[in-house]
Amino acid sequence: MDEMKDVVLKYVINEYLEDEDEVLTYDTPLISGGIVDSFSMVSLKRFLENKYKISIPDDKATPEAFDSVTKIVKLVNEFLK
Amino acid sequence: MSNIGSYEERLNNFSWKTAEEELGYKEGEVINIGWHCTDRICKMGKAQKTALIWEGHGGEEKRYTFDDIRKATNTIGHYLRSIGIKNEDRVCLFMDKVPELYLGFLGVLKIGAIAQPLFSAFGDESLFVRLENAQTKAIITQRKHVGKVRKLLERTPFLEHIIIIDHDGLKPLKDREKAFDLEKAEWIDEFEIFPTKAESPSVLHYTSGTTGLPKGVKHVHYSMISQYLTAKWVLDLQDSDIYWCTADPGWVTGTSYGIIGAWSNGVTQCVLDAGFSAENWYKFIQKNKVTMWYSAPTAIRSLMKAGEELVKQYDLSSLRHLASVGEPLNAEAVIWSQRVFGKPFYDTYWQTETGSMMICNYPGMKVKPGSMGKVFPGVTGAVIDEKTFEPINEPNKPGLIGFKPGWPAMMRTYWNNEETYKKKFANGWYLPGDKSTVDADGYYWFVGRDDDVINTAGHLVSPFEVESALLEHPAVAESAVVSKPDEVNMEVVKAFVTLKPGFEPGEDLELEIMNFIRKKLSPLAMPQEIEYLEKLPKTRSGKIMRRMLRAQEWGQDIGDTSTLDDE
Repeated sequence: MDEMKDVVLKYVINEYLEDEDEVLTYDTPLISGGIVDSFSMVSLKRFLENKYKISIPDDKATPEAFDSVTKIVKLVNEFLK
Repeated sequence: MSNIGSYEERLNNFSWKTAEEELGYKEGEVINIGWHCTDRICKMGKAQKTALIWEGHGGEEKRYTFDDIRKATNTIGHYLRSIGIKNEDRVCLFMDKVPELYLGFLGVLKIGAIAQPLFSAFGDESLFVRLENAQTKAIITQRKHVGKVRKLLERTPFLEHIIIIDHDGLKPLKDREKAFDLEKAEWIDEFEIFPTKAESPSVLHYTSGTTGLPKGVKHVHYSMISQYLTAKWVLDLQDSDIYWCTADPGWVTGTSYGIIGAWSNGVTQCVLDAGFSAENWYKFIQKNKVTMWYSAPTAIRSLMKAGEELVKQYDLSSLRHLASVGEPLNAEAVIWSQRVFGKPFYDTYWQTETGSMMICNYPGMKVKPGSMGKVFPGVTGAVIDEKTFEPINEPNKPGLIGFKPGWPAMMRTYWNNEETYKKKFANGWYLPGDKSTVDADGYYWFVGRDDDVINTAGHLVSPFEVESALLEHPAVAESAVVSKPDEVNMEVVKAFVTLKPGFEPGEDLELEIMNFIRKKLSPLAMPQEIEYLEKLPKTRSGKIMRRMLRAQEWGQDIGDTSTLDDE
């Protein structure tokens, strides 16, 4: 779980964070915090699906479910089981 | 009673002089959007009225009275003058929806300079082509976005000033960078604005076409006449309203109605600078007791997806009037809104080039769900035959939407591109590039675009721009970009690519290419799907047949394939 959290956090920092001084934690709001917009969410979803060999249905890929690294990991784990 | 009263009566007795008189403007005199939206409102006795309620991420809130925004815009104008910005210099505003974006826009206009707002999610290449086209002299931005500007320094020698509004002093400023903190600056009470006239340039908004680079749509200070009146009559803005325009001022709705329309009417508006979430939006309406809400079909459809149970958890009874813009509002959304909010969203149709609303649904006029409404009084519109460019008088027959030039907010030209500007006209009609029908009652019904431009979530994306950027990826040999249908965004970008030798198609490469475009252009331009092909369909002369690919995505007949090179 913690390893997945770190992988997702690192990916978000590398791909979406524009301000290099901004500190991102597992619980930083990503969508409502304006770090990842709804269009970019598509590429984040694709990353998770490729990395963890899962398929996340569109109705589960909501802004709320993607709003932090912690929430994303919880969502991914639902489909890993 | 609505501001417009009877649409039919307004139609019969219309004159733009009504708005000129209400704004205290006489032909030949000074007219300045920055002054009219701030100083004039204060002179009307509303200095202490709230102009802006701003909420950022995490609930941070700031409030400004009209006197505050008068002084703040003076202060920004004064600062820009002090570093050598003169009238008609282009000043880019490249920020999230922070107060400085709204205040900076008017500060730029007060000194007669031209405001060039750009969507802060643009990647460095999208930013570059727009700065280069405008030969922008200064850019006002935030620390979080300055990295994209720094990448362009060698290619932008004309860009003399990079103004950072939130520099924290922890790292030194770099070449051409300056720190300007509005809150710490000494606010200027007395300020002499530049005496702009009706035809003085005010705003450069960039929009995408099928081919070529983005075009800078030039507007003038006189545009406020129609922005003021449409905000009053269509949005029905009234003195006691709390108005929320959800658009980003990086796009034309965010300036025409997110700044000028509201404040030239002296109305309190609120801004939420946070990513979309249905819950947060409802909370924001409840907390601020929003009365007039101007949003977009994509957002409305996202709210529909979030469900009706969520709506019931909030007190949204303050809502008095709702309107929508950006792409056609589907009938289901209008019906849903009537059921859930007790009132329909009133669709409005216009575009960057028209500067103000052109075809609208009006308070008091029957709404036909799915229709764009009727032409605004003072504007002559018609459905035009595609071959003869004459108006079609037969109801329900599709043709091109056309408007007779002459309304105040009509663009004056494309910046450094008069040739393309002239191509937008035929037989005396301005053609926005959309097709529609008009029914026997005069209601317009959207049919589709007349070109390959992709309208995704109300924003136009040029397939040419995405195709060109795709070719810069090391794996891509050829590319074709079209729209594909999307339940929420109406259309999204889809790319077809062929790969260079040595590259294999795969999911990881697809993601890599998607992210490449997202960072280079913008999240809107990022293909949501990439399909690998052995070869692209082309004519015998070598032109890619986008039409075929698009038809395939939309489940339409692929049409005439006689020119297809099928070797």
